[in-house]
Amino acid sequence: MTEVHAAAPTLLYLDNVTVSFDGFRALNALSLAVEAGEMRAIIGPNGAGKTTMMDVITGKTRPDEGEVFFEGSIDLTRHDEAEIAELGIGRKFQKPTVFEFHTIWDNLELALKGERGVFATLFHRSNGAEAARIEEILATIRLGHLRDSLAGNLSHGQRQWLEIGMLLAQDPKLLLVDEPAAGMTDEETAETAKLLKQIAETHTVIVVEHDMTFVRDLDVKVTVLHEGSVLAEGSLDHVSADPRVIEVYLGR
Amino acid sequence: MTATMLKGLSRGAFPIVVVLVALAVIVPILHLWVPPGHALHIPTYAVALFGKYLTYALLAVALNLVWGYCGILSLGHGAFFALGGYAMGMYLMRQIGARGVYANPILPDFMVFLNWKELPWFWYGFDSFFYAALMVVLIPGLLALVFGWFAFRSRVTGVYLSIITQALTYALLLAFFRNNFGFGGNNGLTDFKDILGFDIQSNATRSALFAATAIALALGVLVTAAIVRSKFGKVLVAVRDAESRTRFLGYRVEHVKLFAFVVSACMAGIAGALYVPQVGIINPSEFAPANSIEVVIWTAVGGRATLAGPIIGAVLVNLAKSYFTAAFPAAWLFLLGGLFVAVTLFLPRGILGSLSQGFGIVVARHRAVFAEKGMSPPHEPSDEPAPAASESHASPAAPARLQTAPAE
Repeated sequence: MTEVHAAAPTLLYLDNVTVSFDGFRALNALSLAVEAGEMRAIIGPNGAGKTTMMDVITGKTRPDEGEVFFEGSIDLTRHDEAEIAELGIGRKFQKPTVFEFHTIWDNLELALKGERGVFATLFHRSNGAEAARIEEILATIRLGHLRDSLAGNLSHGQRQWLEIGMLLAQDPKLLLVDEPAAGMTDEETAETAKLLKQIAETHTVIVVEHDMTFVRDLDVKVTVLHEGSVLAEGSLDHVSADPRVIEVYLGR
Repeated sequence: MTATMLKGLSRGAFPIVVVLVALAVIVPILHLWVPPGHALHIPTYAVALFGKYLTYALLAVALNLVWGYCGILSLGHGAFFALGGYAMGMYLMRQIGARGVYANPILPDFMVFLNWKELPWFWYGFDSFFYAALMVVLIPGLLALVFGWFAFRSRVTGVYLSIITQALTYALLLAFFRNNFGFGGNNGLTDFKDILGFDIQSNATRSALFAATAIALALGVLVTAAIVRSKFGKVLVAVRDAESRTRFLGYRVEHVKLFAFVVSACMAGIAGALYVPQVGIINPSEFAPANSIEVVIWTAVGGRATLAGPIIGAVLVNLAKSYFTAAFPAAWLFLLGGLFVAVTLFLPRGILGSLSQGFGIVVARHRAVFAEKGMSPPHEPSDEPAPAASESHASPAAPARLQTAPAE
């Protein structure tokens, strides 16, 4: 156990993380700390390293240098995707990925927290508590009327919501949400912001987003990434007043 | 376990099992007790031929579990089939005893011919049927476990996995061709006399083998159904359709694949073991890479990710093969290739998948007509998700990918 603050312990801690792809530094000595219970928005122009950062946290990409700690002492760089998911980190992808040939219900059932082993799933019997939990999530993401239709038939916005529902079903300690509002109408975007704030009441959430209106709706601490490292951090008003941030966003 | 099996029986598998059990009863009766010349008599060659088709069907059912439901395109399933066949062949060789050409009570003929003095250690135990039966399942299963463990752990997928499975069966082909490998080399194992003390050529034995094959196939369908209907089966399909997403949900994809692959290999081994006594020979050509590819064609023709599809495909394609190789021997391979191309282009879901899709369209229209009239359809089974699923197949929004749907 490293430093443990009494008030708000650090849930996720990235220290000096560097990732290079063929000489291109996607992440350049990135350091970031997210407190338990916090909701954090990550913004930055294309190629700033937002998705790579998610890949490092979830075990998809191994950093060349640096450390990633979860809950103080768990070194995430030593675990693979499935183990990290089991540790309690859930991820929603930029491009919504749902199981197209499964129903909405089955998608949620697969995501639902529980034993993941071969034999546990082989002899699994669904019980009332699980069904109730799925019903609850269906109500939250407003897809109850579509429970028996295949996820492949959902509209783009509905898929985004199903993915968020799957994250809820996983009940992770930390949710990584990559561009939840991409491709949504203004109304859907506002609804999504509301939903995420509701989720953030009981979970730690990191949201990566391009849409400034959406980030403003969230009203949380913002980290600006640029060329693989942190450029500025603070409230949205604070960072958007920062001349370097203006330079990065508007300067070219 | 029993509960899971019963759940498998409840939907889809039931009619298939009924048909197969009926065949297991009726065919021997018509073969043994209806006199030759009677219109209903089934001649010996037909019993042997259809028995062989059913072993192929079991092989296709095994392949379907990994390819249809989990997306692992194994082009080496013939290897597991042949290994099961060799294990049975070794038992049948030891049963010959002193009745061989060289009348050696212990050594099979080919060993005497090669001037071997002692039985190699790996032939020990094969004089016992139960030991051989165990090996029929164990050897393909172990090979699949080791091979799959390395392949899936290293995340070898798609066409690369298909290529290494071809390499696996080709390597075994070369090994079994060698005389000093200890399995009869080029000639393989043949001239079997009896099985469990019964004359292997007799009509009663042939009938019994046919019945055993039909029952084994029914069990294969039941095991597949039980797996597919469980939550594990949903994970299997999830791996097929979005492997990395499944991993991010916390499922160990390599374990999921490995389990399906091992179960499938064991099934293929049993199919091979039933094949050998019915055709009377096992030789290295069973490992030929082309054989494994044919299994893929049967499964594709019948319908991937359906319970009955692989059986229908295996029987139909082999019926056609038996006919065309006799009538137009030169044309068969062209026909087979053409069939595969045609099915891929025009029936990507296979015969059964397309039929259920067509049925789905009819159901959807039927419902639409009733909806227009402002009433609900007469009787709608509420606990049956299948019509809902097939209805959405019919909708234009359904992704028309080659990856197939979990029909039924």
